[in-house]
Amino acid sequence: MLKELMIPRRLVMIALVLALAVWSAYALRWDWLGNPKYQALIWTGIWNTFWILIVTMVIGMALAIPLGLAQAVGPWYLAAPARIFCSIIRGTPLLLQLWLLYYGIGTFFPSIPWIRESDLWPILRQAWPYAVVALSLSVAGYEGEVMRGAFKGVPHGQLEAARAMGMPRFTLFRRIWLPQALHRVLPTLGGETVLQLKATPLVATITVIDIYAVAGRVRQDTFIVYEPLLLLAVVYMSITGLIVLLFRWFESRFPSRVA
Amino acid sequence: MLGFEASGASTLPLLAYSPPGWGATLLAGLWNSVQIAVGAFGLGILIGMGGAFGKLYGGPVLKDLLAIYTTVVRAVPELVLILILYFAVTDAVNQLLLSFGYSRIQISGVAAGIAVLGVVQGAYATEVLRGAILSVPAGQIEAARSMGMPPLLLARRITLPLMMAAAVPGLANLWLVATKDTALLAVVGFAELTQATRQAAGTTKAFFTFFMAAGVLYLMLSLVSTLIFSRIERWARRGQRTMGR
Repeated sequence: MLKELMIPRRLVMIALVLALAVWSAYALRWDWLGNPKYQALIWTGIWNTFWILIVTMVIGMALAIPLGLAQAVGPWYLAAPARIFCSIIRGTPLLLQLWLLYYGIGTFFPSIPWIRESDLWPILRQAWPYAVVALSLSVAGYEGEVMRGAFKGVPHGQLEAARAMGMPRFTLFRRIWLPQALHRVLPTLGGETVLQLKATPLVATITVIDIYAVAGRVRQDTFIVYEPLLLLAVVYMSITGLIVLLFRWFESRFPSRVA
Repeated sequence: MLGFEASGASTLPLLAYSPPGWGATLLAGLWNSVQIAVGAFGLGILIGMGGAFGKLYGGPVLKDLLAIYTTVVRAVPELVLILILYFAVTDAVNQLLLSFGYSRIQISGVAAGIAVLGVVQGAYATEVLRGAILSVPAGQIEAARSMGMPPLLLARRITLPLMMAAAVPGLANLWLVATKDTALLAVVGFAELTQATRQAAGTTKAFFTFFMAAGVLYLMLSLVSTLIFSRIERWARRGQRTMGR
């Protein structure tokens, strides 16, 4: 890794990048970073981006498993709705789904008295539940398709062997089928997580304060355009790097046979 | 629930084509979206072609630069790239115009959208096309080279036709991404389908009806394109040996 960087042309490139970083640190305006108000906002934003990413990935994957299973081996009355759901999610922009939930259903709720009087109302009045639902459904739609392939890809002999040993159906699923299917999607899961990270700034359009929304706020307050956007790019690239490293470590923990 | 908002009255007439309805606005938005998607997809393929050949046959510096381009674009959200490029491109063009003594101009939304999404598409297309070029049997290219075929003729006669079949599925995916990414331009206030929908919905308060209608339009666009691309793929695979049939 380090050796690959120690080639003259790469050293020149690194020097250029460093020079650019130093130049931008001095020539551009970063004084707003010293403002405690923005500092607090930035940390809140990064935290919100993180938890929305993690929570929606977990919920989405949990939904994707039954969706994939229904499409792979389910009877037609389960397979057809699952397939239609995946087509709709994958065929329309996430921004539109988000706005449909937030503006469409969100403005529908207040007109129903029993929802307004229920204990859930203080939560439903906020924006983040809609963001979490929309992003989770998006993961479910895309990953449901991936899981379908993964469930089908598990060698038949494995399942037959388990059945021949008299394993009950649920145990077979839990011990043999699901682990092997998950093992198959692991290499693509890292990429999907990065795609999901790139989808999170959309929640800023429905007033959730993620890191993207913070940059927008700084731009509006101070009329500084490029600096907050550069900070955003750096933050997202760092998180992407983190995700890639995490999944690389994760994958290395599961042995796989390379022919 | 569809077609009925809080008031209980039907809101479906709002989708009519002529003025009390907003159908014309939505269709104009769809037309804008398709234009941008086609432009961005085309620009993306052009950049991707250059990028793929550069990554495979370019010099070491070019290879490193292309690696940086594809990595950065694929790591930063499209929404952020759109804002950065939108502001930067507008600024740069205006600076250039001012320094030559012209007055400032407002860059058209379609042009800016195509430029921005094209750069994003180019990064993904680079990877798709690189993989497709690698799928061409090396012997074919070597044979053409040994016959003394110049590089451009080789690309046109050997590499491009042979890589088509491998490239089409990936490019079809990219096209679908392009149509959906046009929705992101709504955030910079450009009147494509999603923005037009929000405008119509905001004015009439019939959010549900309009967002559902836009969803149907997007869905139809994606279904039709899937159909067309499967035709193209069958055409690109003509003459290939198929298993068992």
